Amino acid sequence: MDRPTPPPSTLATKPTKVYFFGTCLVDLFFPDAGMAGMELLQAQGLEVVFPQGQSCCGQPAYNSGYRDDALKVARAQLDLFPGDLPIVVPSGSCAGMMKKHWPHLFHGEADEAKAVQVSSRVWELTQFLVQVLNVQLTDKGEPVRITWHASCHAQREMGVVEEPKALLRQLANVELVELKREKECCGFGGTFAVRHPEISAAMVGDKLADIEQTGAKRVVSGDCGCLMNINGALEAGRKPVQGQHIAQFLKERIHG
Amino acid sequence: MADHAAQAVNFAAASKAALQDSELRGNFRRAMDGLMTKRAVQFADGQEWHRMRALAASVRLRALSKLPELLEQLETNLTRNGIQVHWAATTAEANAITLEIMRKANATLAVKGKSMVTEEMHLNAFLEDHDIEVLESDLGEYIVQLDGTMPSHIIMPAIHLNTKQIAHLFKQKIKDAASTGEDAAALTDLARRILRQKFMKAGVGMSGVNAAVAETGTLCLIENEGNGRMCTTVPPVHIAFMGLEKVVERLEDVPPIISLLPRSATGQPITTYVNMISSPRKEGEKDGPREIHVVILDNGRSSVYADPELRDTLRCIRCGACMNHCPVYTKVGGHAYQAPYPGPIGKILVPQMEGLAKRGEMPHACTMCNACVEICPVKIPIVEIMGRLRVEAVRPSATVKDAGAQASRTEALVWKGWAAMNSSPLAYRLATTALSAVGNAAPASLPLLKDWTSVRSKPRFAAKTLHDLARKKGIPDV
Repeated sequence: MDRPTPPPSTLATKPTKVYFFGTCLVDLFFPDAGMAGMELLQAQGLEVVFPQGQSCCGQPAYNSGYRDDALKVARAQLDLFPGDLPIVVPSGSCAGMMKKHWPHLFHGEADEAKAVQVSSRVWELTQFLVQVLNVQLTDKGEPVRITWHASCHAQREMGVVEEPKALLRQLANVELVELKREKECCGFGGTFAVRHPEISAAMVGDKLADIEQTGAKRVVSGDCGCLMNINGALEAGRKPVQGQHIAQFLKERIHG
Repeated sequence: MADHAAQAVNFAAASKAALQDSELRGNFRRAMDGLMTKRAVQFADGQEWHRMRALAASVRLRALSKLPELLEQLETNLTRNGIQVHWAATTAEANAITLEIMRKANATLAVKGKSMVTEEMHLNAFLEDHDIEVLESDLGEYIVQLDGTMPSHIIMPAIHLNTKQIAHLFKQKIKDAASTGEDAAALTDLARRILRQKFMKAGVGMSGVNAAVAETGTLCLIENEGNGRMCTTVPPVHIAFMGLEKVVERLEDVPPIISLLPRSATGQPITTYVNMISSPRKEGEKDGPREIHVVILDNGRSSVYADPELRDTLRCIRCGACMNHCPVYTKVGGHAYQAPYPGPIGKILVPQMEGLAKRGEMPHACTMCNACVEICPVKIPIVEIMGRLRVEAVRPSATVKDAGAQASRTEALVWKGWAAMNSSPLAYRLATTALSAVGNAAPASLPLLKDWTSVRSKPRFAAKTLHDLARKKGIPDV
């Protein structure tokens, strides 16, 4: 049962309109990251549609073994994206759930074909900005040193590795210092963080040590689960570093 | 609910203790970082990696696709070669078979190369109860045996210890060890001298099997220390132990496995020794054992095989690379799992062997980061199987032993409530508006929040949700 992530959707022409799926974490905890994501798309001349009926991709229940509940939630999203347009998601993890796991979750269901169709239109935000829009950014911000935290699901489920770093490297005044163990998980893992709090704490502890070693002022990431974990630990440890979603960081830089 | 006769293994408590041992954590961090780097050097050419991996995965898939036939063919050809085949459905059967062979050979001492299957069987303890001494001859296994513990890694059993700790252990347990100091070479030399004497005296040599070739009846065994070759050639009787999934169809299927295994495990292009065993000593030959026995163990593997999704667990070639790359394993070490197979492969294999009542927590000891999946040389979808076992843990079924053992009415209700909230736009809006308004007032002492805030600040609900902000900004809904 090899289930490789389907290759990125190919688009014959550059779209003029996209859907935005904000994700529940962004909705509740990081709405500014969601707004920044939509503004980056609008700045490229795109019309952005945010279906108000959206909630969650279903991942929390899916990964906890409650697939029927996950299915119910995922199903409630399907009709929100009727046009044949890309669906842009500011999270590698939620995008991975929709793109990689929805086809499996809906397998054998009456609406399987619809779910697969919706799933095939999903893009992670930085992947879309680079691969489809080929955005060129002009940095108007002050010189700053940052580091990049790669989310596990963006890397390994969506295959998004270089795109966010390519965007950050376009910024003239931003010095991007690579994390020592860039690919290593920060210890969030959804319910893992509360199911195994001590291990999760040890993992985020190691991540913080690597972040501090870079001397960066900011740690930028594309996933709010990681950011909630890393920021929470940075704050509790009174560290002078702050985590920020890449959409917000990019938006700040291009506005100066 | 399943019968809870099997007591759940407390992974959380063991991992908590391990996390407090800074020396242990340092040992694992250093060792695993080193192993990951060494492996990466071997696969610097990405295309070559993909080619080799696809080949090895196809070898394993093909073998599994015709496993019953290949096992029959293997038995026929081993027997034709003069190798005696024993089938064991359970570890108890495998232990009894072993004891019987040892008694027939009048053997009271066995030297063992290295075999994880015998760890599954707890063979050493069983034989010791029957007044038979078993000496581990793989250096790591020897150290672990001296220490009275168990392997913490399937390839590097004593990786949890540093040289200083090993020197201390030798000093305590071996009388000639005073002069070796903390010199790794001197310590190794001492172990070697002790083992040499035992190889000469042992009535039985034991080993594992890395691959058993059906078409030729050959047992393939790879190792670095030469102790495996000693165990399989010096004593008059050799017993090899293998899980029933270890069979491959053809001789040409062996190179893809033995070239990927050490590269993945220790970053070596090939092991120092590659043993191909195809018969006992023949008339006129000067060395080799006069008897070879193979114990082929099931121990739950055929039920794993019966499920098309779970079957992929059996592709494993036991390289241990998933452990080296697992951020959880790296933090807690191998002993916290209290299982013969720790780390990612252990988290999917052991619960299927021992049941979810005892091992229900193992599939949850994972952030689903997929680091193991990325480097698995035979492309086992470890995380997908982990997800499937999480389903089995809360849903009674006949597929996995003790399925449903973790079913909890409370948890099921929580998810029902979560699904109701997230599947109705109105309910979602009411709930999220309420959370934004008053969620931050939740005390940090609440059960889950308490765990979260042990090392983190409390997550803060934003004053306005993204839904609100988008509406206010006039972002179209359709």
